[in-house]
Amino acid sequence: MEFFDVAWRLLVVMLAFLVLPLLVGQAEHKVMAHMQGRVGPMHAGGFHGWAQLVADGVKFAQKEDIVPAAADRRVFQLAPAVALVPYLIVLIAIPVAPNGVVGQVVDAGIFFVLAVLGVGVLGQVMGGWASANKYSLLGGMRTAAQLMAYELPLLLAAASVVMASGTLSLPGILDVWQWWWLPWQLVGAFVFFVAGVAELHRPPFDAPLAPEEIIFGPLTEYGGLRFAFFMLSEYAGIVVISALTSVLFLGGWHGPFADQLGWLWMLLKTAALCFLVIWMRVAWPRLRADQIQRFAWTCLVPLALAQIALTGVVKVVFL
Amino acid sequence: MSTFPANASGTVDGTLLLAAGRGFLSPTGVEITFVLVGLVTLGAAIMAVTSKQLVHAALWLVLALGGVAVEYLLLTAEFIAWVQVLIYVGSVVVLLLFGLMLTRAPIGPSPDADSGNRWIALAVALATAATLVTVVVDAFVSANSAWITLDTPQGDTATIGESLFRHWVLPFEALSVLLLAALVGAIVLSRRRSTASGAAPRTSTRPVAPPGPGARPRAGARTVAGGGPADAQPVADAQPGPGEQADAGGQSEQSPVNESEPESGRGKKEER
Repeated sequence: MEFFDVAWRLLVVMLAFLVLPLLVGQAEHKVMAHMQGRVGPMHAGGFHGWAQLVADGVKFAQKEDIVPAAADRRVFQLAPAVALVPYLIVLIAIPVAPNGVVGQVVDAGIFFVLAVLGVGVLGQVMGGWASANKYSLLGGMRTAAQLMAYELPLLLAAASVVMASGTLSLPGILDVWQWWWLPWQLVGAFVFFVAGVAELHRPPFDAPLAPEEIIFGPLTEYGGLRFAFFMLSEYAGIVVISALTSVLFLGGWHGPFADQLGWLWMLLKTAALCFLVIWMRVAWPRLRADQIQRFAWTCLVPLALAQIALTGVVKVVFL
Repeated sequence: MSTFPANASGTVDGTLLLAAGRGFLSPTGVEITFVLVGLVTLGAAIMAVTSKQLVHAALWLVLALGGVAVEYLLLTAEFIAWVQVLIYVGSVVVLLLFGLMLTRAPIGPSPDADSGNRWIALAVALATAATLVTVVVDAFVSANSAWITLDTPQGDTATIGESLFRHWVLPFEALSVLLLAALVGAIVLSRRRSTASGAAPRTSTRPVAPPGPGARPRAGARTVAGGGPADAQPVADAQPGPGEQADAGGQSEQSPVNESEPESGRGKKEER
């Protein structure tokens, strides 16, 4: 009985991991296209090119598996897995509906999630180094620098919510969430979301990849399935960061008829944030590497500290 | 006011078996896992210090630190386990890799990676291990002075927070002052170096981009990691004799020979 329960939960998490990133990827194709006055993919699958990413996947799977001659074979081949697997593990801890609809309740859930997310970046650094390519090395270094800069505001913003709710468990945070936390934690939400997007190297924080400048950073030498894994990890990252932001700051499954429709609210909030991530890519130019650093240290960190101070004052004085 | 969830996760339930089933002849599943993970951790640690390839050593370190985190988890210290992953795997090793890449990280063995102090280091490591093992055995096993019993979960967040901020507040705060001192020291060191040798590299690391609102010449020298491309490639810092366009890393390194051409190109890009 218990075995089947666990297996069922893991199966659902696995399905979400396989389906949601593809949906985000397809949405990116179409949303970007329409924002730029194009129509995007229209042929694969018939109806508005819905199967474009499936076709892309088939194409990637057919490609030859190439490892550069000068590369460090073992590390080069391991890197995509290190980049991808953490996002799968993180999904387990994200609650989607009230009354324990979550892969696994983790006591220190927020710590678990942020810790495992940090490991994913290691995969990109490994790939950047092992490719034996100067552009990859540059990208790997930018990746590492960016991770170190944005890990701090991410943690501080999450700490603010933890202070407000008095628990580290993600379902526990949602259990005590109130609507007026929305304005209360607004600055923290901004910091968390932006820092999360920056950790994923999404535009405008994509200096580590920067296709026009250092080709594709750590991914320059990758092709075929391994490249697809890196891409999948990027879109899975979008899903994870959006879901986390909506759990921590937007109330997750809270909404009208939350008992029945909680999962729908959660999905809607996550989808709205994913749309925002795509929008950012279309709307803004890329920041330079030093601008990215300055934004983290001189803007996001002070804002996060101010949010923590505000949270503490409100918590002590009014609650 | 704090409302902590009453029940911890499934791992805690499982590891209580560790305390229940004492005895070496009938090990429980958790005990077997503990030993196996310990062996993997030990192997990874040995690889980390004996590997001739610098980056491989750092990656073995990831495995060793992760193994320690799993051991914490098996000992019901869930919070410490995640902190271990967050700080050591997520930050310290990434910092280490960053430093390696910034200075030198050749693919293949580095013959000078061996230190002449290795026997002293081994002695220090063994002494540290002996001390730690003594303390742990004393804490868990000794009949008269067992500080910690595994019968009640000791490692969940609520317990750790309580003991940290009730009984151990002073050492905790003293540690944070120590960290602050280290931070201030690092800033002082980096500032002194940038003023001492500021003149020579600045001419070469100045961004070629036209002076706009965002272009500040000293940005690369100030931020620790900001000037990634500029500090990154030691090759690019050399005299621009060979004129290797490709070696000039990224956006901020251009040899004076072809300075005018990329400048116009960049200007055009920014117009768009």
